[in-house]
Amino acid sequence: MSKKSPQKEAAKGKSATTGISLEILLQMYRNVYAIRQFELKCKDLYREGFIRGYIHPYLGEEAIAAGACAAIRPDDYIVSTHRGHGHCISKGADLKRMMAEIMGKATGYCKGRGGSMHIFSKEDNNLGANGIVGAGIPIATGAAMGIKVKKEQRVVVGFFSDGAANQGVFGESLNFAATFNLPVIFMLENNHYAVSTPVECSFGNCDLACKGPAYGMPGVCVEGNDAVKVYQATKSAVERALNGEGPTLIEAKTYRHGGHHVNDPGLYMDQEVLAAWRAKDPLDILKKKIKDKKKLKTVEDDVEQELYEAVEFAKNSPEPSVAEFLASIPNF
Amino acid sequence: MAEMMYREALNRALFEEMKKDPTVFIMGENIGEYGGSYQVTAGLFNQFGPDRVIDTPLAEATFTGAAVGAALAGTRPVVDILFVDFTTVCMDAIVNQAAKYDFMSGGQGEVPMVLRTQGGAGNALAAQHSQSLEALFYHIPGLKLVMPSTPHDAYGLLVSSIRDNQPTIFVEHKLLYMTKGDVPDEEFSIPLGKAEVKKEGDDVTLITYSLMTLKCLEAARLLEKEGISVEVLDLRTLKPLDQEAVLESARKTGNVIIVHEACKRGGVGGDIAAMIMEEAYDDLDGPVMRVCGRDTSIPYNLALEKVCIPTVEDIVEAVIKIT
Repeated sequence: MSKKSPQKEAAKGKSATTGISLEILLQMYRNVYAIRQFELKCKDLYREGFIRGYIHPYLGEEAIAAGACAAIRPDDYIVSTHRGHGHCISKGADLKRMMAEIMGKATGYCKGRGGSMHIFSKEDNNLGANGIVGAGIPIATGAAMGIKVKKEQRVVVGFFSDGAANQGVFGESLNFAATFNLPVIFMLENNHYAVSTPVECSFGNCDLACKGPAYGMPGVCVEGNDAVKVYQATKSAVERALNGEGPTLIEAKTYRHGGHHVNDPGLYMDQEVLAAWRAKDPLDILKKKIKDKKKLKTVEDDVEQELYEAVEFAKNSPEPSVAEFLASIPNF
Repeated sequence: MAEMMYREALNRALFEEMKKDPTVFIMGENIGEYGGSYQVTAGLFNQFGPDRVIDTPLAEATFTGAAVGAALAGTRPVVDILFVDFTTVCMDAIVNQAAKYDFMSGGQGEVPMVLRTQGGAGNALAAQHSQSLEALFYHIPGLKLVMPSTPHDAYGLLVSSIRDNQPTIFVEHKLLYMTKGDVPDEEFSIPLGKAEVKKEGDDVTLITYSLMTLKCLEAARLLEKEGISVEVLDLRTLKPLDQEAVLESARKTGNVIIVHEACKRGGVGGDIAAMIMEEAYDDLDGPVMRVCGRDTSIPYNLALEKVCIPTVEDIVEAVIKIT
């Protein structure tokens, strides 16, 4: 609550090329870089056996979380997905507690009960990742309803994927949010695959943004690998929501840099298309917009130090107590 | 003390809790000006307006999921699902989201929502509007499950459910809405997880809940004339289950029959019977018996419907058989 509002920050010291303050650009770069390094580290730790279960890397999609979260305030809510590390980091999570959770440790955000797919951070107003594809969409809608009932000036950004957009609750939630004019931004991360099924094979109409107007809200399509474009689209949507003008659907087009999860080599992906998307790397796109290379280096060094400490912290953290867990189960 | 109908008692609980706590709101289909198909929400729309008495689109899966989100955002939603049969389309929101959020988040994500719904047969509403599905919820850790039988209990338990910080499935019975009973004028609540002996007796215990409590009481009255003293234990809350009250009554009479409308196969009666045998086997005079609904979908024709559900005669017969 006490932190500075990004909206206010944006007003001063705008960069000539983007119209966005250097501070916001650096905040987004920090998050894109942190997500990239965090996910690469998770892949290593998974292979080394420190992480179990499922890890769904956000590699290649970093700009969406970084751009969207830079456009909202600390007291705004987000609802995340199974591919949720990027959202969590961008909303301000402590990398130590995140990494500890992913390693199933007692010091993790969820005391080792959630893991990668269920990180929740109340203090960051991150209402949680979700293991059920699409389930977060009504939850985001409902959080916006809660805001309305409490007459608060806040918004919700609900992240979900193209796969989730084929669930029934997607259409229901858009209709619901438009009907009640709710302050929610539906952030559709179109990474072009639902596990291995390409968008072209699962939609009768691959223009996903057009589903917004169909339900009574704007549908905006943005280059999801460009954090600045995501930031700008989100910021307009936030303004709309705070003005009582209701929800917005944003389709952010992006591409996974690999398979569905760490153990999926993604052999079904067209290598030429993948190479073309890799050439539009979110990290490089954002880096080019920041002239102050010294500051970039400082950001990168800080992230690397933070990540090193997070991994050490997680590795050295205790396992959750089995006795405590058993004692917490009610006997009924 | 005033006599009121079951639905009026529920309405009073909603009214009082909404009046007291501005974060309590209700949403469901046709619950606004129309007052709900069973008139449980009558008058609330005029009192609290469209922001707190929300007529939803026909989208149960989404508004139940939305209740989870709204609860996470600091409110206390009461969702109205017209028939328990319709909860099957919102099972993800109930089972994977509401029930698990607080657990998965390590205690950061309490979901203080109530899902009110109604079930049971008796109005010739056929197979998709007559089910007793409580066993589905009984099986899910993280949920509370309440099934009151009287206006008094409906009021006191709904108050507690709304104030509780865990998701609660509150199942009413369509044949109870018009039943009458005394409810104290002053505000009160009944703790979740407390059964009540609705009638004391020495020879046989009938363990039951919801509408079947009334049938058990009628059976007990008839059996009393035959010199058989029957105790009727109304569970009121299935989760948490009042094991202590169940075992106490089982030990007292030594003869237990569990009565519920839901199908016997996979019903909660089987679980309660097993629990009694595990904990109180030596105090029993014979096996725990069950009088339950038949393992069938509910037919439309009233004569066919009638044979699917335990009758007072079925209960009387079962008691006579073991005494």
